[in-house]
Amino acid sequence: MFLIPDPVVRFFHRMASPPHFYALTERLMPWLVVIFLLLTAAGLYGGLYLAPSDYQQGDSYRIIYIHVPSAWMSLFIYVVMAVAGAIGLVWRIKLAEIVAISSAPVGASFTFIALVTGSLWGKPMWGTWWVWDARLTSELILLFLYLGVIGLYGAIDDKRTASRAVAILALVGVVNIPIIHYSVEWWNTLHQGPTVTKMDKPSIHVSMLIPLLLMALSFKFYYLIALLQRARTELLLRERNAQWVKNMISEAK
Amino acid sequence: MSLSRAFFAVIRRDLILALRRRSEIANPLLFFILVITLFPLGIGAQPHLLQAIAPGIIWVSALLAAMLSLDSLFRSDFDDGSLEQMILSPHPTSVLVLGKIIAHWLVTGLPLLIVAPLLAVFLGMPNHSLGILLLTLLLGTPVLSLIGAIGVALTVGLRRGGMILSLLVLPLYVPVLIFAGNAVQMADSGLPVDAQINILIAILLLALALAPLPVAAALKMSMCDNIS
Repeated sequence: MFLIPDPVVRFFHRMASPPHFYALTERLMPWLVVIFLLLTAAGLYGGLYLAPSDYQQGDSYRIIYIHVPSAWMSLFIYVVMAVAGAIGLVWRIKLAEIVAISSAPVGASFTFIALVTGSLWGKPMWGTWWVWDARLTSELILLFLYLGVIGLYGAIDDKRTASRAVAILALVGVVNIPIIHYSVEWWNTLHQGPTVTKMDKPSIHVSMLIPLLLMALSFKFYYLIALLQRARTELLLRERNAQWVKNMISEAK
Repeated sequence: MSLSRAFFAVIRRDLILALRRRSEIANPLLFFILVITLFPLGIGAQPHLLQAIAPGIIWVSALLAAMLSLDSLFRSDFDDGSLEQMILSPHPTSVLVLGKIIAHWLVTGLPLLIVAPLLAVFLGMPNHSLGILLLTLLLGTPVLSLIGAIGVALTVGLRRGGMILSLLVLPLYVPVLIFAGNAVQMADSGLPVDAQINILIAILLLALALAPLPVAAALKMSMCDNIS
């Protein structure tokens, strides 16, 4: 513990206290929403209007501004979930458990969006909705991993136990994701090369890259908003018998 | 009692229990045979087609058989409280649990190896790849038991854990299926399979070293849930 500077420890202790978390996120929320809206507007304007159309793919490449950020988020959120789960498992911090489980549905949605947009993009580009390409397959398996986490959480009645179960599962998943990813990749390269190759990635032009990065950032903020909203609801549900919730409700009346 | 004696005592006890209830040995085996019999009936008796997909059929059936047999791994011990005693014992739970998993594999995984060559012949697999098929089963089915144990340990406290178990466990089985199926297919066409076999060995060692830890943690969690 002595390795961590005092202010950081204090910050975490305060964040771990449910009433403080609830009050702080309430104040943060409008700002997050404004930043998210600005980033999305800028990213979409840049991506759909300013960026030139691709010399090969025409305008249909523009789905990249949804597809790629969601694919990035799908992995990012799984890692966040596992880290939060590990923190909850080791230090029994209630909020870490809540963050872990609140991330799962958001991550699953991003994975689903990445799959759907990928398949919509694949139809005009590759001429087929689905190929058993390495990336698509590992993304699909990632979706199953998310669904497993959500299903396990729903199946256990005691929510604190369920959080620990989910944390263990997420950690097992994090160890497995690289193995699954590379095995799927080798599976496709050990076979004959895929007949419909993935589009060669030419070094992307700056005018296309900036909107992409803006969109990626805006998706991060969206995740933060969705995560905090879910966490707040989950927190109220779990703490419904605690004094601070009762006080808050009586004050609101 | 020393740790190694406790470890072997757990294996011995589980083997004796399994031999007294033979249906537990027979069920996954019969399931394995039945599923493989169903494939030619569903696809049609075309020797070339069957021969081409034989490695995949055998491996997917082995996966499903292993998954179905998982429930018996902790169920009876969980119900009668002996699992609680194991957790309370001075020995690390992960080691005792590893003993249980090994015993379970000897009872449900090993028999698959004995019938697999017969079924491979049914499907018209060439003789020279039978050895590789057995080798992949020998290396792969313990991994299925080890990874499956994590899923069972998480769901053993639930009344209806069956469906959720398949959702938890099957995605984690993907690497084994890929490398094992691929090795057999390569062997079919006479190509070297050292790479796949080496990776399977690596996966087995990794699972052997790491899997007991989450299993022990998950069992303790399931126990707490049961008490509260």
